[in-house]
Amino acid sequence: MTGESTMVSIYIMGKQYEVPDGVTIMKAMEFAGYRFIRGCGCRGGFCGACGTVYRTPGNFRLKVGLACATMVEAGMHLAQIPFYPANRAAYDLQALAPTLGTLRQHYPEMTRCLGCNQCTRICPQGLPVMDYIAAAQCGDLEKTAHQSFDCIMCGLCASRCPAEIVQYNVGILARRLFGRHIAPPARHLAQRVQDIEAGKFDDELERLMRMGREELQKRYYARDIE
Amino acid sequence: MSIPYFPGCTLHVKAKALDDSTRAALAVLGLELSGLPEWTCCGTVFPLARNNYIGMVASARILANAAKQGDGRLVTVCSFCYHVLKRVNHAVRNSDEARTKLNDYLEEDYDGQLRVLHPLELLRDEVGFGALRNRVGAGLKGTRVACYYGCMLSRPAAEMDFGDPEDPAVMEKFVAALGGEPADFSWKTKCCGSYQVLNEQGLVAGRVKDIFQAAAAGGAQVIITSCPLCQYNLEAHSEADNHSRIPVLYFAQLLGIALEIPINKLGLAGRYADPEALLQGARR
Repeated sequence: MTGESTMVSIYIMGKQYEVPDGVTIMKAMEFAGYRFIRGCGCRGGFCGACGTVYRTPGNFRLKVGLACATMVEAGMHLAQIPFYPANRAAYDLQALAPTLGTLRQHYPEMTRCLGCNQCTRICPQGLPVMDYIAAAQCGDLEKTAHQSFDCIMCGLCASRCPAEIVQYNVGILARRLFGRHIAPPARHLAQRVQDIEAGKFDDELERLMRMGREELQKRYYARDIE
Repeated sequence: MSIPYFPGCTLHVKAKALDDSTRAALAVLGLELSGLPEWTCCGTVFPLARNNYIGMVASARILANAAKQGDGRLVTVCSFCYHVLKRVNHAVRNSDEARTKLNDYLEEDYDGQLRVLHPLELLRDEVGFGALRNRVGAGLKGTRVACYYGCMLSRPAAEMDFGDPEDPAVMEKFVAALGGEPADFSWKTKCCGSYQVLNEQGLVAGRVKDIFQAAAAGGAQVIITSCPLCQYNLEAHSEADNHSRIPVLYFAQLLGIALEIPINKLGLAGRYADPEALLQGARR
């Protein structure tokens, strides 16, 4: 930022603060004096630790974003929901069958879905949350796994659910069941593990470890990029 | 001809045979069902309170999305789905309050003009029972069939519009078109006990017994239904109460047999009451 930055008023949990325009909610909160020991992780929009809900003036809609990746807007009212209490089942994945029965046994509340769609409306990842719960209700593990794949487990869907479903835990169980029991195994991975265990790359690693910084840098910049 | 189709949750696993046989049989007759791209559970139970709009939201969304397919029709085969979708559609079409509330919430502009159709109605109105009669073989000739409507298809009459609420006839006409003989069946629109099976096993067992007795009294060789829950209740309790071992089939499976579709496409393998006798008849 060069020169004087413009300031905007925002309201953090109801209290007004003047913060620089053009910064993220997370930076604005730190500017206002908050220090994060929770509700902050990667600062890059991936980890899902900083779910935030907000409203802007003259608009009834509840908006949502990750504090580290959402810009402040003048007059916004916001609160972080970095954590939401969730029912999380314990299970031994190897021992489970990839079936509708398994999903229902661990999360029986998933059949209480009313189809209100608030989960989809709030998802900061833009996932079709209601649709993947619908697929789970049908026992379509593959569809549930694919539709929930980009979930960052921020928990905002669960905060909005009138049926008290913890959608993201249903999603990750479906992905685990699908990955472990249904998806074809990745043969190239098994082959690579075998190669590593057989010492195929040991010499090359040794050479790299003995290399000086300059030579390493040269090789790094000259590497093949897929 | 491709028609928008709502399969419903149960048809993915538990009642896959109903989905498979419906699609296969209608395809043979030139009616291709194309599943809606995204859909949720219909809600299963139509709310008893008239202003319980949250109970209608899921169905209203399904209907609004189906209307965007532009066909003007939506086919669904599970009796519960048909019941709920048709009644919610009726509410949207006829109640200003329901239409306004549901559209406001969903941010849609759906007017309830879609026609929610059961495959039996398609067979009657699109294929025609006369044409169906000419299309099927003679395999089911003389087979006595108990047409079990259950409680979901015909009531309340003003909303379901499925014929006489106590004595509908479309399934009997369908059976006649296949060459079968509709059996006298006094329990045809009685409830099987439905989801009371979860906490009142005895209640369901008692009704299932009466249903089988009534079917046997009419000389039925097979009972047909379009309801996964009726089918489940009848089969699950049939071992104790079905001394005559009358098989319980989906109407679409019977249609498939009449159309000589291979039985592995109709979900007919591995059943308690073997429909082999019917199949032998069909293979003659």
